[in-house]
Amino acid sequence: MEFENYLSFNKYPKILPKEVLIPSWLTELDRIDLRNSILCYGKGKSYGDVCLNEDGTLIDTSNLNHIIDFNNKTGIIKCESGITLKEILEFVVPKGWFLPVTPGTKFITLGGAVANDVHGKNHHSAGTFGSHITEIELLRSDKVTYKCTKDVHSELFAATIGGLGLTGFIKTVEFQLISIETPFMYVENIKFENLDAFFDLNEESEKLFPYTVSWVDCTTKGKKMGKGIYMRGRHATKSEVNKSFEMKDGALPFPIEASFINNLTVKAFNKLFYSKQFSKLSTQIVPFEPYFYPLDMIDGWEKAYGKNGFLQHQFVLPYDNCKKSLHQIFHEIVNSGMSSFLTVLKSFGEVDSPGMLSFPKKGITLAIDYRMEGEKTLKLLDKIDDIVAVNNGSLYPGKDARMSREHFHKFYPNFQEFLKYKDPNFSSSFYRRIK
Amino acid sequence: MIKNIYVFGATSKIAEETLKNYAKDNANFYLVGRDIHKLEIVRKDLLARGAGKAEVEACDALDWEKHSITINNADKTIGQLDLIYIAHGTLPENEGIRNNQMKVIEEFNINCTSVISLCTVASEYFESKGKGTIAVISSVAGERGRQSNFIYGSAKGGVSKYLEGLRNRLFEKGIKVITIKPGMVDTPMTKDFKKGLLFASPASVGKQIYKGINVGRDVLFVPGYWKLIMGIIKSIPESIFKKLKL
Repeated sequence: MEFENYLSFNKYPKILPKEVLIPSWLTELDRIDLRNSILCYGKGKSYGDVCLNEDGTLIDTSNLNHIIDFNNKTGIIKCESGITLKEILEFVVPKGWFLPVTPGTKFITLGGAVANDVHGKNHHSAGTFGSHITEIELLRSDKVTYKCTKDVHSELFAATIGGLGLTGFIKTVEFQLISIETPFMYVENIKFENLDAFFDLNEESEKLFPYTVSWVDCTTKGKKMGKGIYMRGRHATKSEVNKSFEMKDGALPFPIEASFINNLTVKAFNKLFYSKQFSKLSTQIVPFEPYFYPLDMIDGWEKAYGKNGFLQHQFVLPYDNCKKSLHQIFHEIVNSGMSSFLTVLKSFGEVDSPGMLSFPKKGITLAIDYRMEGEKTLKLLDKIDDIVAVNNGSLYPGKDARMSREHFHKFYPNFQEFLKYKDPNFSSSFYRRIK
Repeated sequence: MIKNIYVFGATSKIAEETLKNYAKDNANFYLVGRDIHKLEIVRKDLLARGAGKAEVEACDALDWEKHSITINNADKTIGQLDLIYIAHGTLPENEGIRNNQMKVIEEFNINCTSVISLCTVASEYFESKGKGTIAVISSVAGERGRQSNFIYGSAKGGVSKYLEGLRNRLFEKGIKVITIKPGMVDTPMTKDFKKGLLFASPASVGKQIYKGINVGRDVLFVPGYWKLIMGIIKSIPESIFKKLKL
């Protein structure tokens, strides 16, 4: 099968483009014919069809990975859109800088981070990635490159952030990094008994920690429904790291591929490994990789779901009625018996997303993987979507392969406004499904 | 310590990935290539990554007279050179050109003659200074002629043989000559290939070359397992080899 490498991360749906263009240089873009039905493709890490363009053209941006400018004093960096977060981290972390917002994988491109307006464990304190962008250079099919900022072409700027690649070719992105003292994290892991306990813990933790996230058990019924581990953290200070290395620990070789990992970080990772004891509260100093990107270390974990792939489903529910509807949804999931490999529960904060189609809004968000078992899986997700819709929630397009057109329009009331800024020649399978 | 680097073919992905490592060491660069706009992108990238100085000059591989001029310009602009790194090349579609005499000559000139021309002026330069390193990207394709790739392969084979002799000649003068033999690398040059297990990423290849140059290896297979693979391929008797579809 030609172009079979150009699917999304969950290998569903299996739809292929008609052609793939791979520009090697930004300067070659002028020569690319931006004809009808084109879409940029980064690393294909979204789940679903926002990065797919059946029978259309994909432009693979992975060679467009240069740094254009970096200011070590201000922490402002400008890169070509095909650079991955991994490459950016390898470059900035040794200089004492970090991404302002990062999702759970570093193998995505910068352009993809913008187009999906990604969020991370610090949404309640920092908002989405889009909140930290200072400029986007966007090439449209009229062959004009628009330098978009909050003030210049501001509507195009807002449409492009979270715009699912539909407003044009994102050539470059400039954004603000945050400074860190060490590449380590101070982390507290706390067990909680059920969903209600999560809410209490979350309220306290949000005030104390910039990063919070929970792993939740989606298989247990009854009083312990929604039990899990709450992980809250912040970037560790130098003195905390120094103190932590005075403690004794064994050396265990661990496969960590990032090049800037040294013996020191491996040691710290071992510490994490050893101290995963299940007491109610454990505190650790760990390198940032296992904290932010635990799944990046398990190469090919997504293949565990087999050849039919899997679906990821992430919704947000505003706080009103949230507890009740979340219980309702948990009942549906637990009773369906379609338990999941990875279930992540987190709260979104007040910070408004800058994008017209950005997903996050204040409330509680739950992300779950489901093995693709055909009708059965789709029916369960439709049921959950109904509950989300009734309670004024929303669904993440970057992780969707099946939501209904009606639901999308309810979740994204700005869509008609967005269409004014969509590039007429850019399209995606997702877009054609929900428009 | 390699500080001042001249690169011919600086916009090749492998060259770029090698240079990123040197940029971290705050090296200075003189970047030569065909397309000034692409060179400019590389220049900015290297400066952001920590390069001291980075200058660019456009030069076509077949512009013979200009070869020595660019090296002299580099010396004047960034100071006495420590490394001359030759990384340009094209990968022709063998079957499409093998009966096209002019095309074959052109490919040979780009991948072999121009490299030897550059090495000639590079050795002259380093001999006058009494020290230096010449590193050249050849290819595993030069290890044995195969029906699918023998025009590119024989050009690279010519380069490898030339470098063997040059290394021998310059050894007593304290000048290092490094032959780099990459296997299949996932770069724009191979974008029409179906990518299998043996394809390496440009970043890891660049890093291995950087390390190999710094320790002064003579011949560098990247990734290292190609030494074994090519050893096996070379050991097949010609009477059998000629019947194989490789």
